[in-house]
Formats: sequence, structure tokens, C-alpha cells
Amino acid sequence: MLTKRIIPCLDIDDGRVVKGVNFVNLRDAGDPVVLCEHYSASGADELVLLDITATSDSRQHILETASAVAAACFIPFTVGGGVRTVDDISQLLATGADRVAINSAGLANPEFITTAASQFGCQCIVVAIDVRRSDDAWHVFSHGGRIDTGRDALSWAIEARDRGAGELLVTSMDADGTKAGCDNEITRLISESVDIPVIASGGIGTREHFRDAITEGQADAVLAASVFHYGELTIGEVKAFLDDIGVPVRPLSESYISGANQ
Amino acid sequence: MIGLVDYGVGNIGSLRFAFDRIGLPVTVSREPEVLDMCDGILLPGVGAFAPAAERLIELELVRYLRDWAAKGRSLLGICLGMQLLFERSEEGRPAPGLGLLSGTVTKLATTNRSSHVGWNRVVDTRSNMPSHYAYFVHSYACHPSDLAIVQATTTYGATFPAIVTRQNVSGCQFHPEKSGEFGLDILRRWARGEL
Repeated sequence: MLTKRIIPCLDIDDGRVVKGVNFVNLRDAGDPVVLCEHYSASGADELVLLDITATSDSRQHILETASAVAAACFIPFTVGGGVRTVDDISQLLATGADRVAINSAGLANPEFITTAASQFGCQCIVVAIDVRRSDDAWHVFSHGGRIDTGRDALSWAIEARDRGAGELLVTSMDADGTKAGCDNEITRLISESVDIPVIASGGIGTREHFRDAITEGQADAVLAASVFHYGELTIGEVKAFLDDIGVPVRPLSESYISGANQ
Repeated sequence: MIGLVDYGVGNIGSLRFAFDRIGLPVTVSREPEVLDMCDGILLPGVGAFAPAAERLIELELVRYLRDWAAKGRSLLGICLGMQLLFERSEEGRPAPGLGLLSGTVTKLATTNRSSHVGWNRVVDTRSNMPSHYAYFVHSYACHPSDLAIVQATTTYGATFPAIVTRQNVSGCQFHPEKSGEFGLDILRRWARGEL
């Protein structure tokens, strides 16, 4: 059975992990590669690296980081933040990244999503959608959640899928940072309206929030940052909890030992 | 030396890193004289069947790969590369596969998702080997005419091959280079002729 994915997200600024990272046992928890290796060994199903500065200097840093992650971690990973051109995508995928996340550039020019999907394949293109509740609807925000585009979140999700997105990363900006749980209502609305995987994000603070995003939100995967970075929960704890209540996950005991079965 | 067939389709970078990790030298090429020196060659691939099949024709790799396999030399197709080993696919416009394995490639029978994306259990069909999880990204699956070539299966909507091997020709539907230690061991086993 296809398992639900648990995805730690790293915010990266000039090649360093930002947001509180609280791993006393790591030699350098600010080094994205060290942190990615740690998460990969702890049972992460996938990784997301988000370049939060996206200045021209940091483009080079994120390419180097992505390449180092690809050489060290043999699980899929997505890179996002400041992905604006076909050239950006081409460079990122060449490092060994599996996917890129497109956000503001896709809102400014939706044709960019179409072009990217046809050139690199739908499976490479994640469209990140930052949403905020507005009365009884949800609006899409761009530029890291600062600008209200006025677009309806559900119709944008459907358009992104129709333009070739292989996956949607839906972040509730209202919930983000609150540790009060995802906005499962919009996650579910989107998930039931598209035939591509939906990653739920924003507001994850407890094991139950992962469960709710999957059961109530109908998410295929759940992304979280600070709850893992601060060591409040381990990926293993989340998976053990989900497994206990019957949510399919890749078991943590999946510590494959080379040659063990020969 | 492992030869990664460079035909502009597939994530060569990750495969190179994976072979680096398991300590096997690789070369990336589409030149017959370079590939000829390899002990085994690997056909990667992501995207749609027809453009990839046409690219192989364009680069005159179809005949090369068929001759390679006919000589009994080791060939592994990954993901779309596995599907290209078969005769044809129902994906997109008609285009011939390599025909090294008999059978076809058909759309996955899924419910509310058009693709199989994520980690799924791979079950060995021959032994009591404990099953492991591997990372899949695809919308079409292989249907071999001869089920005896199926070494492992997975289930999403229906049960379909995860690994096939017929003598020197193998295919792997998941991405071993993205399937953690289990995936690396699949590459190791292939390189040893034990897949």
C-alpha cells in the first residue's frame, strides 16, 4: 500500500538553515546537509529545501547545497524559493534535486507552470500555494504570504494541476507558526478536486495534527518544520503514532541492512 | 565500470551519486565506443514513453541496446527506462519500445490519483525475503507476457511488477537511487548479476 509521506522542511538563507534548530547531538545543525542526513536517517520520506532569501548570491549557495544533499541523501527532495525561470529549474534539477517548487512566479505568469511541466515533466513540478482564509473563501498569497493575489485557492489549485503541476504544496498562512494544526478544510477541498498528490503544511505542532491533515484534510503527505527542528517530535514518533491508528507509513524499523537478506 | 546512457531523459546526477556511494565507477555517455567498455549499462528515464523512445531512435541507440542485450551483456532499465525495455506503451502517440522483453505498458488502474507517487512496499515474488519500501513516481506500469520474469511486485490499485529480470536484462519500476539503503542494495545486486 502506498504510504503517507512525512516531509521535514528546511528554510535556508545563504546556505545556512534558519529557524530554530535544536539538535545538540549534531555537529552543525545549521548545515543543511548535516540536517538532511539526520532526517533521512531518522525516517524522513522526502525533504524540502526552501531558499528564503533567493538573492543572486544565494542562488549559487542553494545549488551547492542541493548538490551536496543529492550526494549524501538517497531519498527524494524538492527545492523551492525564487524559482522564476526555466534556467533556474534546469540548474536545480541538474544537481540531483527531484522536483522544484514554483510559487510567486507561477502566480505572476501561470504560463510558466505550463512551460516548466512540458519541458521537465509534471513529476518535477510542485506548485506551492500559500492560502489565507477570507470570510468563507480562501485567497492565494504570493511573495512569502505577504501579497493577497485575490485569487481563489481552489480554482488556482485546479488551474495549477491543469497546467501540469505534478503535486501541490498547500500552506495555510493563518496556521503557519501557530502549532494549532493545519487548515484541513481547504486541504480537503483541494485534495478532493485534483488527481495529483497534495502536501499539507502550516501549523503542525502535534502527532494528532499529522493524523488530522491526512484523515480530515485527505493529504497525501504532511510537511513540517519547527516541530522537528526543535526536537519536539521525531519522525519516528509521528510514524509510530500514525501506524498505531492504521495510517499507512513507511516503518521506521525500515533500517535496511545491506546484504541482510542474501 | 557502469555506463549511464545519456539520452537527455532522466536524473543522471542522482544515479551517479548512488554509484559513487556504493563504490562503483560510472561513466555517462551515448557513444558506442565508450559504452562498449562498460560491464553493464543502465537506461534511466523519466517523463513520457513516446518522446523517450523517439530519442533513442534519433540517437541510434535502439540497435545498439538490442545488440548489447543480444550479446548477453547486462542491462538495467529504471522507471521509464524499464518500460522502454518492453514492446510498446499505451501512453501518448504510438512509438516502439526496445522489445527486449515481451509485453506492454498500460495506464495504472487508480482511483482518485492519476500517478503512483511515494513509498510503497516491494514484495519479492521468489523468496521469503522480507519486503522493503521503495520510492515510485509513475503513471503507467509494465505487463510482461511471461510472468516468470517478475522478481518483485508492488500494489497500487492493482499489483504490477516492481522488478523484472530475464537473463541479462532487468528493469526496476521504482527509483533505486532514491529508495534509501534498500535502493542502493538493488543497484549493488544488479552490478553483481544477482538481481
